[in-house]
Amino acid sequence: MCATCGCGGEPQDHEHDHGEHHHHQDHDHHHHHHRVVRVEEDVLAKNSRIAERNRGWLAARRVLALNLVSSPGAGKTSLLERTLRESGFPATVIEGDQATERDADRIRAAGVRAVQVNTGTGCHLDAEMVARALPELDPNPGSVVFIENVGNLVCPALFDLGERAKVLVASVTEGDDKPLKYPHMFRAARLVLLNKVDLLPHVRFDPARFLASVREVNPRVPVLHVSAEHGEGLAAWYGWLRDLHP
Amino acid sequence: MHELGIAQQVIEIASERSNGAAISRIVLEVGRLAAVLPDALRFCFDAASEGTPAAGAELQIIEVPGVARCRQCGGRVELERPYGRCACGGDDLEWLSGEELRIKELEVI
Repeated sequence: MCATCGCGGEPQDHEHDHGEHHHHQDHDHHHHHHRVVRVEEDVLAKNSRIAERNRGWLAARRVLALNLVSSPGAGKTSLLERTLRESGFPATVIEGDQATERDADRIRAAGVRAVQVNTGTGCHLDAEMVARALPELDPNPGSVVFIENVGNLVCPALFDLGERAKVLVASVTEGDDKPLKYPHMFRAARLVLLNKVDLLPHVRFDPARFLASVREVNPRVPVLHVSAEHGEGLAAWYGWLRDLHP
Repeated sequence: MHELGIAQQVIEIASERSNGAAISRIVLEVGRLAAVLPDALRFCFDAASEGTPAAGAELQIIEVPGVARCRQCGGRVELERPYGRCACGGDDLEWLSGEELRIKELEVI
């Protein structure tokens, strides 16, 4: 008889290991003693650890990293192209997209070094992808790294990349209630740029309603009206960058 | 669909902690404000756990309500969404719970 469970089988017929009890032979009864393992670990802890490492890597080089987030088509790349051409900031770019080198090619055409990260089926950049891209990008000390995330207002909110701040680009061709529909991202943003304001006469977008929606989710975040196409309001955006990175 | 990536992380952590032994149950805390849908997470978990020690394991999800403290009046505010206001009108809220995404424990066979 087995001394651990009192069943009729011989002890060598089955294992008793670390308090667990699993019968491998063809016993005529089943009883599993499950072992409980305390874990108490954050699911995103690994990403957070790598993000902190990225933050240290960037701080050691006095590099300001910004995580640009938006829905697809809000104008992140156009805004970056113009910013890189006229703001005068020494900068490099990490481009996140599911596929293609198109955005990195656009940045390179503006005379700036860029590393393209393709996430494949992934819907966001994570800290590991940025950790791999940074040494390849090799940003100069004191420069700015713009990380253009995958166009998506949901998933990138959860993944810290090691950036100093998230900058959310919204546009007037989207609904003015977007902040209430995607509150996590608007809450995480340190700056909201409302792009394509040159199109306001042609679209049903109420800037006051948009601002009220932003305020409901993130009461103190600055909101700047800009047009990457026509240049309106961009001086304020460059001023915000300069305040963050004198 | 970040739930797939999260499910994969859950499986990775659980498999490490079980030392490869078969897992029968994983207890996971998911905050109401954590931007993770329990149903989507279960769906992804079932698909992603195939061929791992977590295959066939029950994913037990404990939902944690969103609770904040009002910095203006000190009152307690319950949050259904990731934003809100205190009854006093204060909008400066300190989140106390609701953002959890945490593996509490495993049951290993």
